[in-house]
Amino acid sequence: MTALLLHRIHFGFTITYHYLFPQLTVGLALLIVVLKSIALRNQDERYNQAARFWARIFAINFLLGVVTGIPMEFQFGTNWSQFARVTGGVIGQPLAMEGVFSFFLESAFLGLFLFGERRLSPLAHWASAFLVFLGSWISGYFIIVSNAWMQHPVAYRVLPNGQYEVTSFWGLLTNPWALIQYAHNMSGAVITGAFAMCAVGAFYVLEDRFSESGKIFLRVGVVAGVIACIAQIFPTGDMQGKYMAKHQSAAVAAMEGLFHTERGAGIVLLGQPNEQKQTIDNPLVVNDVLSFLIYGTPKAVVEGLDRVPRDQWPEPLPLLYYAYHIMAGLGTYFALLMAVAAFLLWRGKLFATRWALWPLMLSFPLPYIANTAGWMTAEIGRQPWVVYGLIRTSAGYSKNVSAGNGLFTLLGFMGMYSALSILFVILVYHIIANGPERAASAQVAEPFTVA
Amino acid sequence: MGFIWFWLVALMIVAYVVLDGFDIGVGILHPFLARTEEERQISVRTIGPVWDGNEVWLIAAGGTLFFAFPLLYASAFSGFYLALMIVLWLLIMRALGIELRMHMEIRVWRAFFDGVFFISSLLLAVLYGAALANVIRGVPLGEDGYFFLPLWTNWRIGPEPGILDWYTVIGGVLALVALALHGALYLAVKTEANLQLRARSAAMYLSVALLGLTVVSLPATIAARRDGLDNYWAHPLAFVVPALVFGALVGIMVFSRKQDDRKAFACSCMYLAMMLVGAAVALYPRLLPSSSDSANDITIQKALSGPHTLHVGLVWWAFGMALAIMYFVIVYRMFRGKVSLEHGGYGH
Ligand code: HDD
Ligand code: HEM
Ligand code: HEM
Repeated sequence: MTALLLHRIHFGFTITYHYLFPQLTVGLALLIVVLKSIALRNQDERYNQAARFWARIFAINFLLGVVTGIPMEFQFGTNWSQFARVTGGVIGQPLAMEGVFSFFLESAFLGLFLFGERRLSPLAHWASAFLVFLGSWISGYFIIVSNAWMQHPVAYRVLPNGQYEVTSFWGLLTNPWALIQYAHNMSGAVITGAFAMCAVGAFYVLEDRFSESGKIFLRVGVVAGVIACIAQIFPTGDMQGKYMAKHQSAAVAAMEGLFHTERGAGIVLLGQPNEQKQTIDNPLVVNDVLSFLIYGTPKAVVEGLDRVPRDQWPEPLPLLYYAYHIMAGLGTYFALLMAVAAFLLWRGKLFATRWALWPLMLSFPLPYIANTAGWMTAEIGRQPWVVYGLIRTSAGYSKNVSAGNGLFTLLGFMGMYSALSILFVILVYHIIANGPERAASAQVAEPFTVA
Repeated sequence: MGFIWFWLVALMIVAYVVLDGFDIGVGILHPFLARTEEERQISVRTIGPVWDGNEVWLIAAGGTLFFAFPLLYASAFSGFYLALMIVLWLLIMRALGIELRMHMEIRVWRAFFDGVFFISSLLLAVLYGAALANVIRGVPLGEDGYFFLPLWTNWRIGPEPGILDWYTVIGGVLALVALALHGALYLAVKTEANLQLRARSAAMYLSVALLGLTVVSLPATIAARRDGLDNYWAHPLAFVVPALVFGALVGIMVFSRKQDDRKAFACSCMYLAMMLVGAAVALYPRLLPSSSDSANDITIQKALSGPHTLHVGLVWWAFGMALAIMYFVIVYRMFRGKVSLEHGGYGH
């Protein structure tokens, strides 16, 4: 394996693993604020109890988000030093701001939220939940600003020593790509949170244990879920696709498996890209739809990979294609499932409809897959550039770190993260098995000291 | 601009070491000082609500380094690759050790995570000390500004140094003792009864050891870096810093004897801060010196980001720091006082 490939896998593996945790905390942070708000407004203790239960799940996820996030902050330097050296003046800035403006905020107020309940007034406790939410959503923004600049560099100039510099800080923060990406990504995180909440709720209702709490989880989860699932496709997913077609047409062609430029391009629903023959095997295509989705008219011309020099094709192309199709396919499924569930909830039948509760219980892993696939789409679609159109990925990695050393630490992370996964499953199982009611009566023996 | 950012980054590192230092110190000492399950719970709880916030200083300092001195960030992080990755693993283990012990009422589970907390804290202290010593000794920087250090070579300060050699090991041991002492004094402030008494007596022994090591480290540093004192001779006023180091050590001893734990702890903060400032004074304006050819030194001037970045950075940095300090005041006020197991743990 070459050092370049190892560094790519190193970063890809560790960031993919990291993002498993923040996507839930970002989503749950919002849902916990919703629960706390309802509790405060209706003086309803059941919602406080629900919030306390989810706070415990949140705390475990936060802890794993913290421990896997710290390596990310350092890997720009350890594994991508040539890239870090020239772009630090641009993307180092939002990354530092993430630490200063959101991690301090989150770490301070999570402590108060988790064990301040008896010492704070209900309003102050609500406020600490809100500040945790604010911290995690600000954090998401800064991280997306960094990534969006790599996808679509704006507001920069090159200094004589080869370093990139921001010309307009405001321009960097309002990169249109970042705004769209942020909306899509955060909505994706709310989907993860909503599905998790629905899954536990459906489990309690089906099992007929803690079913009062289960119904609360389902109500909040389904309402949030249906909104987020629709927003995920339209407008945010749609805008992502259109904006990408404008600025990363090679990536769009590869995502869609469009080898040849076409007028009235069709959309490939199923099929396997064949790079040698430059065709799709076993295709299931709907004519004209792709042209329509991107340009709003069925007869528009969509550029295929034939317009892109071969050395600028995203690599590995089939993975990009599948990642995109998995994301979009799951997105359609999510919207349908949540629409049905919302309809049943509205008619007051959801809690008795077992055929709807089963898929709600079993679907919680799928948003993780969709979010990961979405990031694969974004990150592989950006290839072969680390900063789109400016710096090649092959010119970004740490040349002074040999493949042997890279493999050593990659294996180390894999081992470490396997152990983390096992612990995570044990701990979350423990919380779910104990149920929300116990968490309240035992008045939290302060098992969480995470601050 | 270069001058300002050099000291701002130094300040953030000082904040990190002083704050997370006592978390590490508690980790190193708690297997020895806490004898019962209750005492163990108390000692972990002294840092429970604050350790993560303390650790954020590391992240914030790393980010600030990244945008203010990208060349240094890129060169040092890739050059110290192995050591840094080990530090990252230890930070993961440390967090698990602190957070997970209380989740299960199983004795083996708790003992396991106590062990994880102890080992990771101990190794972190040693590696931090060694890291600082590496920066003082210098690294084999190439003309392109990069280097790569193996964990160890022949343990000598030669043309092919490793991350560990006799000098950096002294640095590691010094940090181990200094942070253990820092943790002992913190425990003495935050606990009562037997735990407090044991923490005080540990602090006595550790402070003597630290005095010895600090004295040894001076000639060792001059052996490792001949021009280490140049900045001091050029600006003799700077000798105030080493004077404060020794003053702080004396303060620790005097106040520990008087059982004035808070003042002793304050002196320990001062000691750590002044050791770091002393190193920064010796380095300035270098950020990472070369161990062979001073033409390859990474200096402030070589590594500094563009002017717009730095100007904008100064504005939000000042604002963000004010907010961060405000949060710290709120949190430390909320959790002030001695830790006990009743009433959720804090306050009297
Ligand atoms: C629950 C997760 C989820 C679902 C159901 C969808 N997405 Fe997505 N998508 C993401 C989660 C996600 C993500 C993880 O949040 C990404 C990665 C980068 C980003 O900003 O969002 C993403 C990226 C992403 C990109 C690449 C953007 C880039 O390169 O920066 C496109 C074009 C789309 N999405 C389009 C869609 C469409 C048309 C969907 C319709 C069904 C869709 N996504 C559903
Ligand atoms: C959390 C979601 C993310 C996931 C799952 C993800 C995934 C990946 C993957 C799979 C790769 C390897 C790509 C390849 O080599 O083909 C990669 C590379 C990379 N990503 Fe991301 N990424 C995420 C977020 C980010 C963010 C927010 C940033 C920037 C702030 C970022 C910066 C990078 C860099 C610098 C590389 C290495 C260079 C490259 O291969 O192009 N990633 N990421
Ligand atoms: C390359 C990209 C990334 C880097 C460098 C990074 C860095 C970090 C760091 C250092 C932490 C620990 C914070 C602490 O101690 O409190 C963390 C946690 C976190 N990260 Fe990431 N992260 C990356 C990707 C992402 C993405 C894509 C998101 C989502 C939008 C995200 C959201 C969060 C959140 C919300 C936390 C707080 C902990 C939690 O709630 O789980 N990160 N990240």
